[in-house]
Amino acid sequence: MTEPQWLDEEAGPIVRPYALTGGRTRSSGDDFDLIALVTATDGQVKDDSGVGPEQRRILAITREPMSVADIASEIDLPLGVVRVLLGDLHDHELISVRPPAQVAPLPSAHILKEVINGLRAL
Amino acid sequence: MAFAPSEEPVALKILVAGGFGVGKTTLVGAISEIRPLRTEEVLSDRGVGVDDVDGVEGKTTTTVAMDFGRITIREGLVVYLFGTPGQERFWFMWDELSYGALGAVVLADTRRLTDCFPSIDYFEQRGTPFIVAVNCFDGADKHEPDDVRVALDLDPEVPVLLCDVRRRASAKVVLVTLVEHALKTLTAAQSK
Repeated sequence: MTEPQWLDEEAGPIVRPYALTGGRTRSSGDDFDLIALVTATDGQVKDDSGVGPEQRRILAITREPMSVADIASEIDLPLGVVRVLLGDLHDHELISVRPPAQVAPLPSAHILKEVINGLRAL
Repeated sequence: MAFAPSEEPVALKILVAGGFGVGKTTLVGAISEIRPLRTEEVLSDRGVGVDDVDGVEGKTTTTVAMDFGRITIREGLVVYLFGTPGQERFWFMWDELSYGALGAVVLADTRRLTDCFPSIDYFEQRGTPFIVAVNCFDGADKHEPDDVRVALDLDPEVPVLLCDVRRRASAKVVLVTLVEHALKTLTAAQSK
């Protein structure tokens, strides 16, 4: 075993899951909330877009809206990696991302009452 | 989770916090469809002292597994539960987890009550509605909720209840208590 491979002094060693993202750990997807809903758009994947198999899987499972956390769980990749992949798809306009409704303002009293009744009925 | 495309789906986030080993995973599993969720995080300097990384030189990240559960109230209305990692070195994740959260359940164990102080401080400072649920472990002395309230120096409006997170019915009561508290907080804020 040789020394860990360093990209440069600042970057630190390569972490395996991020090989899928070309080593990038930051992207335009960083701010996507855990429960933001992702939906595939009707956009066509261009051959030169660099969309990989994992991203194609994301597109396949988000024909109906799915939360960021659900996507990470479903394709079994760490959240950070999923955010980078989602950022790419968003940059290519292949997905739309809707922030959760309750971020601002809080959900309506009507919704909360529905949740209380729903929980009681479980 | 599929939502009907015709209506505006609503997703709500509830946090489950508390010290290490207090029953967060059990609570999430008792009430919801629990699923694996992990993230790769950079180890903080503080974490390096705690985790034995000898022999894996160069490892500067760690995999953090989070408890992640989902309760479908109806099509288009889903409640997500996130167990916040208990160890202090994962605190950097809390800001993201708590952003936009409806509220938090702070699980407490009366044998190690101080373990939940940091969670309570955190939610108090952020103004996130929270309740304290005392998980009644076998063999632990039963305490009255009011004793726990005094010991934790909680505001009078913060609900405190006893629970057994292994039981689904008890877990339900915990969540209902939290959402009712969040509703009360919301209504109070609106009437000001």
